[in-house]
Amino acid sequence: MRMLWNLWKREVASAFQTPMAWVILFFLLLVTGFNFYAGVTMLNHGPSEVTVVESFFNTVFFWFPFLLLFPILTMRLYSEEYRSGTVETLMTAPVRDAQVVLAKFLGVLFLYCVLWLPTALYFVIFQIYTRHEAAGAAGAYAGSYLLLLLIGMFFLSLGGLCSSTTRHQMTAAVMTLAAVALFFMTGLLSFLSGHVGPFMQTLSVTASPIEQMTQFSRGIIDTRTIVWYLVMTALCLFLTLHAFQSRRWKK
Amino acid sequence: MISVQRLTKRYGQTEAVKNISFSVNKGEVVGFLGPNGAGKSTTMRILCGYLPADAGEVRVAGFDVFGDSVKARSRIGYMPENVPLYPEMRVYEYLSYRAALKGVRARQTEEKVEDALLLCGLSGVRRKLIGTLSKGYRQRVGLADALINEPDILILDEPTIGLDPGQIREVRELIRGLATRHTILISSHILSEVEMTCSRVLILDKGRIVASGTPAELGERAGLPLTGSLRVELKAPPAEALEVLRGVNGTGSVQIVRSDGGWTELEIVPGEQDPREELFRAVVAQGWTLRELASRRLSLEEIFASFVKTGGNTSGEEKS
Repeated sequence: MRMLWNLWKREVASAFQTPMAWVILFFLLLVTGFNFYAGVTMLNHGPSEVTVVESFFNTVFFWFPFLLLFPILTMRLYSEEYRSGTVETLMTAPVRDAQVVLAKFLGVLFLYCVLWLPTALYFVIFQIYTRHEAAGAAGAYAGSYLLLLLIGMFFLSLGGLCSSTTRHQMTAAVMTLAAVALFFMTGLLSFLSGHVGPFMQTLSVTASPIEQMTQFSRGIIDTRTIVWYLVMTALCLFLTLHAFQSRRWKK
Repeated sequence: MISVQRLTKRYGQTEAVKNISFSVNKGEVVGFLGPNGAGKSTTMRILCGYLPADAGEVRVAGFDVFGDSVKARSRIGYMPENVPLYPEMRVYEYLSYRAALKGVRARQTEEKVEDALLLCGLSGVRRKLIGTLSKGYRQRVGLADALINEPDILILDEPTIGLDPGQIREVRELIRGLATRHTILISSHILSEVEMTCSRVLILDKGRIVASGTPAELGERAGLPLTGSLRVELKAPPAEALEVLRGVNGTGSVQIVRSDGGWTELEIVPGEQDPREELFRAVVAQGWTLRELASRRLSLEEIFASFVKTGGNTSGEEKS
């Protein structure tokens, strides 16, 4: 446990000791700030059926930076250690591969949470200034941020898996973007509803982050979604562990 | 401390290490000597549990490096070739982190880090970012990292590569100082370095150990006397000097190297016995002045060359 803590600390510190975390934070806040402003402006122009929270989490201004975040956050996780050779010093210290994989995942997950946390301020500010509720109920906040965390866990572990297979950060980034896009696009199948069968339609709706967010940001929490992301995260971490250990495979 | 039995490692079709066996006892400083690509780094990586062996058994401090990897690794301080480090960390930060990874207790970390900083001459750069350090300092950080938890065994892969002569001397002194407390395995392709720091040398070539022993033993085994040749400088006419010295017991062959201003310099290859005493008496008996009598030690370089050459021949024979 202490080992995990030491490894985790270095992961987090390395993100904040380099400009990376700060640059990402800056641009993310810029885009989400604009997104919030656009949402409020839209609601100003007449009555609407959605709340501020719903309008924040269901626009292209939210999803676009959201998807770009994963390759950027995860590409250096393993690739950088491979390229610089620090994996050799790391793995000749008495640490277990599983500890490293878990620490890297928890480190980048922490960074991801730190990046999204300031967006909650938007709703606080909204309520203070307008004296209106930003959401119908507390469940809407819980749902939105819970789904943000769940999708984050899956996509970050997917990105980590890509990074663990190559020593080139760019390759890892492209692989991650493609993989993340693939899972994200399943949701777009629902637009083809006329051409696919009812099973595919149900599947695409259930597995679609867009559809899920529509539900969760209303405070409707689906346990199938929770289980799906937890299982997929565990699967990705398991595969990452094996990819990371591949140097120790006997031919 | 280290025991390697019939170790073999293949990369695809190429055999990097071919069935080697050796052991290192507690307190020894053993040098791995060989040209680039001889299998030095591969063997070291296997010893440190970084790469698996294809065949054979490797035990470090009594632990199997593959089966009991974590325990074995906790006994080793390893400094890889080219010393990979995290450039964004500060020196003391990095060493504290490494100390924690290697199981140094939190209460002792500060003390151990200070000791390592002092020992490796890093006190002045403790707050510097590793990325801004010069090659020499990076090397020392790697060394400080290797010995931070006072491991039983130090494995240093080319510790002086890329350093300037002054830095090489410093690192060499440092390693010699460590020899009293640790068992050390050090690799190098620089012969003088191994000769100066190691009590025993293993010569590797093409994945095999072609020779092992102290530098002196290796000289004998290579079929060359350790005192390669003698230099004598006399105030005597060249022809007479040559004749007299040839008559001395124990001189194999005598040649004139140089003669000017009445001084004659001769090179003597000794025969069966040491001719130095007899030489001196003969010179005195002639009433000549002796200005220099020096034995030129056979360098490890020559020993090494003779082994690598024969090693190459045997592997050639095996193929045909």
